[in-house]
Formats: sequence, structure tokens, C-alpha cells
Amino acid sequence: MGGWADGCRGARLAAAALGCMFVLSVYPSSRLSAQLDRTKPPVLPPPPALKLPVVQTVTLPNELELAVVEMHKVPVVDVQIVLDAGAAREPADLPGLATFTATMLQQGAGRRGALEIADEAAFLGAQLGTAASYDAATVSLHVPKRRLESALDLLADVVLRPTFADSEVTRQRELRRAQIAQLGDNPVAMAGIAFPAIVYGRAHPYGRPLNGTEASTASLSRDRVAEFYRAAYRPNAARILVTGDVTLAEARRLLSARFGGWERGAVSPLPEAAAPAPAVRTVYLVDKPGAAQSVIRIGHVGVARATPDYFALQVLNTILGGAFTSRLNQNLRETHGYTYGAFSQFSAGRLAGPFVASASVVTAKTDSSLIEFLKELRRIRDEPVPDPELAKAKAYITLGLPADFETTGAAAARFRELLVYGLPLDYFAHYAERINAVTAADVQRVARQHIDPDHFDIIVVGDKSQIEAGIKALSEGPIVYRDLWGQEVK
Amino acid sequence: MRKIATLAAAFLALLSVYPATRLSCQALHVPYQTFTLPNGLQVLLHEDHSVPLVSVNMWYHVGSSDEKPGRTGFAHLFEHIMFMGSQHVPTGEFDRLLEAAGGDNNGSTTEDRTNYYEDAPSNALPLPLWLDSDRLGFLLPEITAEKVDLQRGVVQNERRQSYENRPYGLAEENILQRLYPPDHPYHWPVIGSMADLSAATLEDVRGFFRTYYTPNNATLAIAGDITPRAARELVERYFADIPRGPTVARPTPPAVQLGADVYATLEDRVQVPRVYDAWHTVKGFADGDATLDVLANVLASGRSSRLYKRLVYELQIATDVVAFQDGGRIDGKFELWATARPGHDLTELERVIDEEVRKVAQAGPTSREVERAQNSFEAQFLSRMERVGGFGGKADQLNFYNYFVGTPDYFEKDLDRYRKVTAAEVQQAARRYLVDAHRVVLSVVPQGKPELGVKQ
Repeated sequence: MGGWADGCRGARLAAAALGCMFVLSVYPSSRLSAQLDRTKPPVLPPPPALKLPVVQTVTLPNELELAVVEMHKVPVVDVQIVLDAGAAREPADLPGLATFTATMLQQGAGRRGALEIADEAAFLGAQLGTAASYDAATVSLHVPKRRLESALDLLADVVLRPTFADSEVTRQRELRRAQIAQLGDNPVAMAGIAFPAIVYGRAHPYGRPLNGTEASTASLSRDRVAEFYRAAYRPNAARILVTGDVTLAEARRLLSARFGGWERGAVSPLPEAAAPAPAVRTVYLVDKPGAAQSVIRIGHVGVARATPDYFALQVLNTILGGAFTSRLNQNLRETHGYTYGAFSQFSAGRLAGPFVASASVVTAKTDSSLIEFLKELRRIRDEPVPDPELAKAKAYITLGLPADFETTGAAAARFRELLVYGLPLDYFAHYAERINAVTAADVQRVARQHIDPDHFDIIVVGDKSQIEAGIKALSEGPIVYRDLWGQEVK
Repeated sequence: MRKIATLAAAFLALLSVYPATRLSCQALHVPYQTFTLPNGLQVLLHEDHSVPLVSVNMWYHVGSSDEKPGRTGFAHLFEHIMFMGSQHVPTGEFDRLLEAAGGDNNGSTTEDRTNYYEDAPSNALPLPLWLDSDRLGFLLPEITAEKVDLQRGVVQNERRQSYENRPYGLAEENILQRLYPPDHPYHWPVIGSMADLSAATLEDVRGFFRTYYTPNNATLAIAGDITPRAARELVERYFADIPRGPTVARPTPPAVQLGADVYATLEDRVQVPRVYDAWHTVKGFADGDATLDVLANVLASGRSSRLYKRLVYELQIATDVVAFQDGGRIDGKFELWATARPGHDLTELERVIDEEVRKVAQAGPTSREVERAQNSFEAQFLSRMERVGGFGGKADQLNFYNYFVGTPDYFEKDLDRYRKVTAAEVQQAARRYLVDAHRVVLSVVPQGKPELGVKQ
């Protein structure tokens, strides 16, 4: 990738003679080579025992729950304040309010203005983030240990004392409008908005764009932001996760001092939202004239995070489209070369989130790619998964688990998942055994239950003039035309 | 880049830098052992038992700057072919075996080098060594025209996905074409042209492999939950019998300069125009390289930077602004870009950019701005100590420093480069490399609207 490629460059200024020392004496290499049989993969000893960082918790008097994961390798600390202030609870008339409120936290808080907050964070070497997904808002901080106290002061201002000045609301609103105007340039971004809009519709929160529409953005105001903040940013609907080079006692002291006085408030339960009834399989074409590739998204409403099928679905998805050697990627990329990568995912949320299979494919092979997608999505239901494929997927998930807990940021991301979805904090201690208990019959059962080709919404963002005839000839359903917002094009 | 990944974080980390107040040496120290096999393969070993993982990281000293005319993009295409199986590893097994052991892998190509990593639970260490040694020693018998064709298709889709189908995605190659003369190895992008990718043959693959994929043109770093003695024995076991290759000659063109400012306009399928400025600067790790990183930070890193404040926050004529120093093996460049808001043109943006760059060149940054940049770099540096594997993990960084400065554990010294930067040096760098130098000014504009571009 270009960005990476350029970023890696540097210059070798000195000849690498320094490194050429023999520091250990070992057996002569010729003797070892003679014994080497390259024709077989090495036989590996058993994997190391799984040892994951432990979560400790305390609850402050204002019901604020504090979870601490001690990791002392590097003197850095990651703090995440997870709030029940996601887009799923924003009013239907104002999509984008949750993410906008999160953005506004940083645009003036306590005695600092917007630029002063940014300046202070950078001066402390801190990464300060405020964001919202459908299911939660998160205020995050990643900072060297020795700057932690000052950074927590800043964090407390941002969470507890945002000013929401009119001038800053206007400024951020106008910036967001300018960014929304650019969305139609990027076919992947277009698909990212069109797919959930078509699968869920505007009546369901997961169908609304996280960053709002042109119309909703225009009606963002200080009052609406302040009201959303007041209703949802409360300690009894929040949890703080501290990961890194701190002790439980230290974290408790530092956070009690700053968040112990945070005032409780009644937070209404997450509004119920019924997923729309499955529709007949349809191809939704979003025209992008001149596009070099077609961006494909195939799926429908999937499962909530609380589903008892979660572990079987993890195994299923790893086999189908969750790893490099998954069926979709092997077929569309490594067998046919239609794409740089094909994947699938169950986005399990607090509500039932979407199942989606996706790829960007060369325009001329749009129809052929759809054929291969549908073939794999049907095969995973029709045939039991062979044992070696099942074993590989389970090993990939379970043996790869420690890597998810190597850095403070990665570990925080995994533990954050437990907080957002209300899962027990010892969840990962039993994760591997639950994955390992999944059978081929389980995989086929959940495939049949949660992947339903008769009711797929197939979204294709591409050059209509090049791809329409081919898609029509597939006879996989009616073709309708939509814009990037998922709305009908007349 | 072989697999899609979110690389923004790693990208910034590696461009990056450092602090004013001292960290403990321990925090930025990556102790290692090194040895070189008789066939020339240099090996770096680093122990870190905090997590039961191991990363095997191989750098080949070849990149797109080693390509021949008419074969741009070949080094990266070859990177893809390295995963297509070798004499004892059937096609597809490289990935399947690693995943079945709980591992992961990837590769990436730049102008200067190609790297590969395999991360796995520590019990699996022999597996990546077997896989990596087989493709270094025994690749060619298994490479067929069909395999080359297949990965050619994948790479052409990578080009479509990451460049052609992405707004402003073709800006970079248009800048390189104008910043470097046609015979300069940085004249073309790493991804190459579609036509050149189509032209690559099986014979090209064989020649490239024999020339560059040799133990004496590679460095292997292994980091993580290892014991050096056992790791060394395994390395010898798998790599010692691979024969040395010819000595590699790499291009070392003389420094290039622009004789005049170069203005160009590119029409793209975009709603709003974006201006790119690019200047020749200095190679990576040369005098001025770290200073230019600090300058980029002062100008455009985050909302407290000068250009963000003027363009996005106060005047509200742009949506974003980015600046970075990019120091390579052969040359360096400083790039800056800003995207206009609807209703604003690039002449308007460029006037403000010039004003702000001149201000730094005339009065320098404040001491707080320099210190802020140093603190930010220090923090990034610390976070780079957290991970053993992947791109930008400790194994990859040992190889990075070894390749560019010849000292694998260069972390603390690298940090020192940034600690020493002064406001006066930043001021001088802004004058010397930006204000007093010629540049490429590329206007990317909506189709049919060249009038939105920068007027000379």
C-alpha cells in the first residue's frame, strides 16, 4: 500500500559491518543440514499455555465501575471510558447526533478552548479520542505513564465539563457538511452507508448513517447536543477501563479523584428496535460512473452479541471469510484473481447486527464474482465442513488469542468488548474451550440458521453501464437502483 | 503490500520521532544478538518473554528502486509470488500451515526494501523458518506462468482498489513523475503501472530471484519468546545450506534538484480540489531528516498545528491538511497537501500555505511547538516498544535500523536525533528546503474544472 510503502523508507548511511559478529558457538551447520528433511513440515511441540492479563474491578460510590488490567512491560497507559451513548439511542430525526456529540467533547471543555485541548494533548504525548459507534461512545486516552496525571485532568474535563460553545458547534457542523459532500467520491465509503441503509432502513438505528446525512447535519444545534449529553453521559451508564503500567490502587486513586463527583442520572434503557422482515433477494445497484472496481456487499440482518451461537459463528466465519485462507478469499483472490481480498463478518451488536460478505472486484468480473460469492455462501450451508478445515479455523482463533493481548491498546480493545456487551470479565478464560467445542454439525447448523441466500440484499457500487447487463443475466433477483444513502433513484 | 491491513498507525510510527525529557534507557533498549552465516545471511535475535509469541521478520535489500525500465511494480509483484509455494511447500500451504499453528503473516514492498513477517505462538518457531528458508532456497522449481498470471491479477486489483478507485489515489505517481527525472529510481511508484505489470514474464521472475533473493542480500530478525541458542540452531539448520548469491549492485544516483517550480493539474473523479506540494529534501537519517519531521509536525500534525489552525479551524477553507518528511535510501522529499471545502479553490489554499511556511522560515517555531513535537514523538516511540511482531513491531524495527543505519538497537540514538532539534534548526530547514527551493505543485481538481487549480 502506498502510504505504508513511503512511510517505511529511510536511508542506510553506514555499511552494515557492525552486525557481522559471531556471538554464539553452535554445532557445525553441515551436520545439522545433513539431518534436515525439507519435504515435511516440522513437527511442533505443544503450544504454550494460554496466559492472559487479568481484569480487576472496583465500583466508586457514584456507581462508576472501574476495570483495571495491569500490564507493566512498557511505561504507557491506555484509558477508555465507555458510555452508553451510542447512535442506537439517538433520535430518529437526527442521525449523526451521537458521533457529533462525541466530537464536540473535544471542542472546548473546562477552561480550555478547542485548540488548547489539542495543544495540551499533543504536548503530553497523549492520544485523546472521542468517538461513537451504534452501541457505545468511547473517550480514549493513550499516554506515557509519567504524563498520566496531567492527561487524566484533560480527560476529566473533556468527559465532565464540555462547553459545547455555539461557535464550535457551528464550526464542526460546517466541517462535517464539507466531509459529507465528499462521500460520493469514494466507492467503499458509499457502500459502507448504502449497505446498512438498505438492509435495515431508516426506521432502525443500524440503518442510519453514523455521521449523519446532509439534512440531519444541517439541523445539529447546541441544544440537541447538550440534551443528548445530559441524558446519556452518566457514571451509572459508564465504565472506565484502564490498561497498562498502573496498579489497581493507583488507578482507583487517580480516577476517584477526577470522576468520583460525576453526577448520576436516570439513563433510559436502549430503545427496542425490530429488524425489518427479510425481503426477497434483490440486487441494489449504486451507480459510480468510471469506477475501476465494483464494491460488493452481500448480506442481511444477522445476530446480536448475546446470541448463544456466537462461538459457532466465529468458527463459521473464520472458515467462510474471516482469515486469509478462508473460502471467499481463496476463491475470489487466490483462485480467480478477481480481487485484492474477499471477506465476511457477523457484526454482532447490542441489537442484531448485519452479516456481510464483501470485496472490491475488477469491473469486468463483477458478475463472475457474484457467482463465486453465492456459490460459497450456499456451499457453507449445504455441505459439512471437512475436519482439517474445521481444525485449522479453531486453531487460528484459539492459538492466535495471545496476540490480541500483547499491547495495551489491543488488550483494551478486547476487554472493551466485554464492557459494551455486558459480558463476564473472565470471558476470555473460557473462550478457547468454547471455540474448541464447536463441531462441524454446529457450523452447518448456524450457517443454515444465520446465512440465508434467499433473502440476501446484494449491494454493488460500480459503473452501471459496464456491469448491469452481466448482473441481469445472472437472474439472481430483481435489480433496483439506489443512491449512496440507500434511497431509490428515479 | 500483500494483505489488506489498517496501516495508518504503523505508518505514522515509522515516519516519526521524539521527546525533550529523558526516558529511561531501559524503555528504549532492544538488546539483541547477531551472527552471520557463511552464506552471508545476517541474523538478529531479541528475547522478550512477556507474551508467548515469536516473530520471524525477513528483509530483502531490494525494492522498486531496483526495477528496470518497463518493469515498474515488479518488486512488489515478486513479493506476492513469494507466497505461491516453493519446492517443498505446495501452493496455498504457506498460509494454511501458519494459520493452523495460530500464526499470521504478511509482506510489504517500498522503494528501498521488501519485508516479510510470520508471527506465531512460540512453539511454532521451526515452521516459519522452514517456510522462509524453502522460498529463499527453493522457490524457482515451483513458479509457473500460471502463478505469475494469477498474482498479476491480484496486484492489478490492488492497484485498482488502493489507487485508481480511491479519490486522489493517482496523485502520488503524478508527483513522483515530476519530482524525479525518468531515469531516477524514485520516478515511479512502488505499485507500478498497469502496462508494466502486464508485461512481466516468468523469465523476469527467475532473473529477479537469482539476483536479489539470496542469503547475502537478506537479514533475518527473530524476536519474542525465544532462547537465542535454540533459535540460532534452528536458523543454521534451515538456512545454512542455501548457497550465497552474486554480490548485489544497487543504484546510487546523484542528488537531483528541480531547476524551477513545476505546476501540474490532474483531473479526478472528485467533488473538491486538493493541492499537493512536494520538495526534494534529504535522505532518511541524514542531517536535517529529524528536523524536517519536527517541521512537518509543527505545520500540520493535529488540530494544534499551524496549518490546521489557519486552513481548517479559522478560515474554514479546507477540510484537512497533512505534511510529512519522507527520507529514503536514495533521496528524501517533503510533502504537504490540503483539501479544499466546496466553494474554495486551490489558489486560495496555497496562498495561506505559503504564508505559514514563510512565517516558520522567518521567525521559527516557538519552543513549546518544538517541545510538543518532541513529546509526541517520544510517546509514539514508547508505544512502538509494545509489540514484537507485525509491521513496525520490534523484530521489524531491528531490521529497519540495521538496514538504514547499520545498528539494530538504534532506538535511543534515533530518539536523540529528535531531542537535539532546536527551533533555529527548524527555521533554517523551512527556509533551505521549502522557501528557498523549487517544488512540484500538483492540483487535483474535479473533472472539467481546471480553473480550481493553483494559478501560477
